[in-house]
Amino acid sequence: MLKSPWVFHFSTGSCNNCDIEVLDCLTPRFDIERFGMLLAPSIKHADVILVTGSCNRKSAVRLKRLYEQAPKPCLVVAIGECSLSRGMFIYSYNCPVPLDKIVPVDAYIPGCPPKPEAIISGAVKLIEKIKGNL
Amino acid sequence: MAKSVIPIGPYHPLQEEPEFFRLTVDGETVVDIDVNIGYNHRGIEKLSERKTFDQSTFVIERICGICSTSHPFAYTRAVEDIIPVEVPPRAKYIRTIIAEGERIHSHLLWLGLAGHFLGYNTVYMWVWKLREEILDVMEILSGNRNNYAMFKPGGVRRDINPDDIPSAVKKIDSIIPTLNRLKKAIVDDPVLHVRLKGIGILTKEDAIDYCALGPTSRASGVAKDVRKDAPYGAYDQIDWDMIVAENGDVFDKVVVRVLEVFESIKIMKTCLKNLPEGEIDLNIADIPPGEGIGAHEAPRGETFHYVRSDGTNRPARHKVRAPTFMNLPTCNSTVIGETISDAAIILASIDPCYCCTERIAVRNEKGKKIYSGKDLIRLSQQKTEIIKRKMRIK
Amino acid sequence: MTRNEIIDDLKKRFKDDITNIFDKSEKRVYVEIKPESLERCATYLFKDLKARFNIASGVDTRLHIEILYHFSIEYINLLISLRVKLKREKPVINSLAPVFKGANWIEREIHEILGVEFRGHPDLRRLLLSEDWPEGVYPLRRDYTEWDKTAIRDRGV
Repeated sequence: MLKSPWVFHFSTGSCNNCDIEVLDCLTPRFDIERFGMLLAPSIKHADVILVTGSCNRKSAVRLKRLYEQAPKPCLVVAIGECSLSRGMFIYSYNCPVPLDKIVPVDAYIPGCPPKPEAIISGAVKLIEKIKGNL
Repeated sequence: MAKSVIPIGPYHPLQEEPEFFRLTVDGETVVDIDVNIGYNHRGIEKLSERKTFDQSTFVIERICGICSTSHPFAYTRAVEDIIPVEVPPRAKYIRTIIAEGERIHSHLLWLGLAGHFLGYNTVYMWVWKLREEILDVMEILSGNRNNYAMFKPGGVRRDINPDDIPSAVKKIDSIIPTLNRLKKAIVDDPVLHVRLKGIGILTKEDAIDYCALGPTSRASGVAKDVRKDAPYGAYDQIDWDMIVAENGDVFDKVVVRVLEVFESIKIMKTCLKNLPEGEIDLNIADIPPGEGIGAHEAPRGETFHYVRSDGTNRPARHKVRAPTFMNLPTCNSTVIGETISDAAIILASIDPCYCCTERIAVRNEKGKKIYSGKDLIRLSQQKTEIIKRKMRIK
Repeated sequence: MTRNEIIDDLKKRFKDDITNIFDKSEKRVYVEIKPESLERCATYLFKDLKARFNIASGVDTRLHIEILYHFSIEYINLLISLRVKLKREKPVINSLAPVFKGANWIEREIHEILGVEFRGHPDLRRLLLSEDWPEGVYPLRRDYTEWDKTAIRDRGV
C-alpha cells in the first residue's frame, strides 16, 4: 500500500472546488503520480478515500455503504473545511452530522479550497505517519 | 496524434446506487431517462436568512466552485436593485474582469473533460495545463485561485494594483497561440465532425419550451445573452460579439464554447488596459424594505437571484436559481432516441457540475443494470476510435 | 411594442384579474393577480409576448404564501413578475407544467420545501430532499423547527 497507494475520490455534497483542486493534483503541473498515487478504478481497489463536501442526508447513506465495501485497512482523508466540521453549513437543515461521526478519519486537510500544494503535503504527511507507525 | 495511454482519469468511478441519470435502453437506443438530483442540496436559501447581507456573499460563493463568481455577482446586483443604485465605474470594470476570467477557466475545464470523454486524453492534459495559466492570472489579480471574495453589495472588496496589470496581460497573451492551435484542431478535425455532428440535437422550439440558457440554447439558434440584453458591468462599453450557432448538436455546443473563450480574452484585456480611476465601493449603510432581482451570464447560462428585504440587516428571502436547473431537463429531449455510446457526451454537453455526469446507470426494459457510467465513457471513447480507424483506411 | 404599451395592454386585457401593479423601475414591474388567473396571464406572456420564464420563487410571509413567477422580455429589457397570494393553511394553485415544460422542476421544488399543491402537475415527487425526510415538514416555512434529534449543531470545542 505504501509504495503506490490507490486513491478513490468521493464527493458528499460539495461545491466542487475541492474536487477540482484534487483533479488539479493529477495534471502535469502538480502531478502526484510522482509520489506513486494513482486513481483507483473502483472502491474495491482503494487504499485511501479522499472525501470532500459537507455530508448531506442523501450522500451520507452512500458514503457509509462505500466505506463498508472498501477493503480494510483503508485510510480516509477529509479535504476542505466542509468535511472537517461542515464549515459554514453547520446550521443547514440538510447537513446533520460532521464527517467524522459517519466514518473514522485519519487525516484532515483544511482550506477552502486547499491549494494543490497543501493537498500533496497532507498526503505525504499521511504516508510518513503510516511508515512511522509500522 | 501520438498514441499515449494515460492511466488516470478525472472521473469518479461509479458508485453502486442511487444514480443521477438512469437511462433505460432497448438494444442500443435510449428510450427513457430519469434524473435524480439532491446530492448537493445544502439548504443555502435557508442559511442565507440567518446571515447579514454582507456575510451572505461568502455563503453564496460556495454554491458552485466552478462558477464561484457568478453567484455573488448576481446576488450583489439583486441587493443593489432593491434600493436601486449603480456601482462606481471602476467597480464595474473590476467585476467584469473577474467574471470573464472565470468564464475562460470554466470553458477550458469543460473542454478538457469533453476531450477525455471522447478519448482525446492528450487534449485533456494540455487544456488543464493551459487553465493553470489563467488561474495564475486570477491569483495575481485577486489573491486566490478559486474563491476570489471580491464582491460585496455596493462595489468590490479589494482593488486591483496597477503594478500587477502588465504581468497579468502578459500571461493572458501567452496562452493565445496555444488556444489558436486548439481552435483549429477542434473546428477542422474531420473525426470530430463525424463523431459529434447531428448528435444530441436540441431544436429551437424545445430550447424555448424548456427555457434553456447559456451556450446550450445559443447553440440552438436562440440568440439570448444577459450581457447583451440587459447590459451591466462594463459589457456595454466594450466591443464584443455574441456567439450563436444554428444546429443545436453537440458539435455546435463545443464550437460556441471555444469561440466564447476568445471573446472573453478580448473583454478581459480591454478592461485591464482601460481601467478607470475612482472609488470601488459605495459603502451602502442600510437596505430599505423591498424586492430586488439580479442576473448574470455565468459560463453555463443565466444565474438569477431574487432578494427580499424587510428593513433589517438580514434578507427575508433569498431565492437562488443556477442555470443548470433549467438546462438539465433538456436531456429528456436530447438523449432519448440516441445510442448509448453517445449518451455520455450528450449529457456532458449541457455542462452540468462535472460530478453529475459520472453517476450514470443504464438499465434494460426489465430494469436490470447493464452498464455503468465508466462503461458509457469507455463506449464513447471506443466509438471515436472506430471512426478514426475508418477514416484512416479511406 | 414599447415598454409602456405592453404595460397598458396588460392592464386593459386582464383588468379583472390584476389586483395591484407596482411599477418599480424602467426594468422591473411587479403585477399581483388572483390565483385563478395565473394560467391565463402566464400563457399570454409566454406564448403571445414570447417572454422567457426565468424561475418561480415561493415566499412564506407569516400572513400567506406568495409565489412570484418571473418572466423576461429581452428585447426591451423588461422583467415582469406575477405575484399570487395563497392561503397558508392549504395552498393550492394550478400547475403551469402543461403550458411550458420549464415549470416542471421548480414546482416540484416549491411543493417539497413550502408545501404548495400544484393541481395538474404530471409528476409531483421529491426533487431535492432525501427519502428519510418526514412528510409534512417544510424547511422554508417560518415555523420550521429542527426535527432531527441526532443532529449535532456545535463544533465540539
